[in-house]
Amino acid sequence: MGEAIVVTSGKGGVGKTTTTANIGTALALQGKKVCLVDTDIGLRNLDVVMGLENRIIYDLVDVAEGRCRLGQALVKDKRFEELYMLPAAQTKDKTSVTPEQVKDIVLELKKEYEYILIDCPAGIEHGFRNAIAGADKAIVVTTPEHAAVRDADRVIGLLEQSEVESPKLVINRIRPGLIKSGDMLDVEDILQVLNIDLIGIVPDDELVIKAANMGEPTVMNPDSGAAIAYRNIARRILGDAVPLMQLDRKPGAFKKLKKFFGIG
Amino acid sequence: MTVVSKHVRIKGIKDGLVFLLDDKCPFEELLGELRYKLEHSHQNILTGPIMHVDIKLGSRLVTDEEKEAVLEILRGPGNLLIRSIEAQNAPKPVNESSLYVMSGILRSGQVLNHKGDLLFLGDVNPGGTIACTGDVFILGALRGMVFAGVEGNEEAVIAASVMAPTQLRIAEIISRPPDEWETRESSMEFAFLSDGVMKIDKIHNIVKLRRDLNVFKGV
Repeated sequence: MGEAIVVTSGKGGVGKTTTTANIGTALALQGKKVCLVDTDIGLRNLDVVMGLENRIIYDLVDVAEGRCRLGQALVKDKRFEELYMLPAAQTKDKTSVTPEQVKDIVLELKKEYEYILIDCPAGIEHGFRNAIAGADKAIVVTTPEHAAVRDADRVIGLLEQSEVESPKLVINRIRPGLIKSGDMLDVEDILQVLNIDLIGIVPDDELVIKAANMGEPTVMNPDSGAAIAYRNIARRILGDAVPLMQLDRKPGAFKKLKKFFGIG
Repeated sequence: MTVVSKHVRIKGIKDGLVFLLDDKCPFEELLGELRYKLEHSHQNILTGPIMHVDIKLGSRLVTDEEKEAVLEILRGPGNLLIRSIEAQNAPKPVNESSLYVMSGILRSGQVLNHKGDLLFLGDVNPGGTIACTGDVFILGALRGMVFAGVEGNEEAVIAASVMAPTQLRIAEIISRPPDEWETRESSMEFAFLSDGVMKIDKIHNIVKLRRDLNVFKGV
């Protein structure tokens, strides 16, 4: 039986889809059987970030409504044998599936895959309830901004009321320079408010944008700081004790870090 | 020797005595004074013939043991026949009058409504709200909103270990930091209304506002 992890944030644009794609790919990189599920019906992005848009035949809604079997809707990744994606429908909206239907689909996937990563839409309405319905665990993504932290807090509150295990936090798009000059919330500030376990910090990295536009998850590129951060998160999910990334080093420090961990 | 009567008053009526016992002071203090009074004063009344006695406890909430303790003292002189013992106002339901304790993290979008006084163990995050008819005491960081005295109680106070709220309300008054008041960090503080204006002070000064609180003066 696999493990279903929902990636959520409340606020839009903090990097849920990027995080889903990269953690999923990093887990596949570690040799795990992984399936990514996009629940952002009507505004799907995961397929674009993964570069799998042109391979979609059926989608989540088709499976829910019985127009196809689950296996038919899964899109196999072009890089990894054991990485699959269940795309969302683009022509429907969130209300076209119910939380129960998503739960059944996730349950079905758990028989086949070791990790199921569910990309949650922004907001806390129907789409959010769909996304968390089948999840065992949750990863909350936030950025070091007050608005994002506020929304993360709201979502953590909702997750605590649900059946999902206590959520873990990813702080995305950290800019060490800004934190140093006091213009950005630092990790401690955020943890003090949110009061949940941190599973990773990801530095802001231009390579992420580049990679997303090319349909190739950043995690594939070992020269990217964000890639190392995502690989670390994946290893922590697998149960390794990986120390937090040191962000305030000079450029080039990531290389040393990588050498230290023997990656790349 | 005359006793300064603070908590015990004895009134004579046509066919007996009425003992009016203060309902605000600590119970032990009340018993002490009652004992002292019976032993050191009113000898002329207490050594006389058998007397009917009514005891009035005011709105104090008493247990059976406490009632028994009062009766025990009054039986001492031997000539007092207790006719009735009553608490004038019906005691309030326990859950409304006593301090209710809750724990957790109040997160953005969550609202905690409570009737009575509340002790909250944990943080109140920005966007979280506590609304209470009585006082609110927070052992943790207050970063969200607290509304004390929701039904118009201007005596209500709000106290927090870390006072950094987005907004505070007591009865009708709404106040927001830091433009209206500044909090001095690293010491527990409380907010209260003084002449319709919200003020912040250190927690030990709460006794200046609340005379009915039991004060610790050392052992």
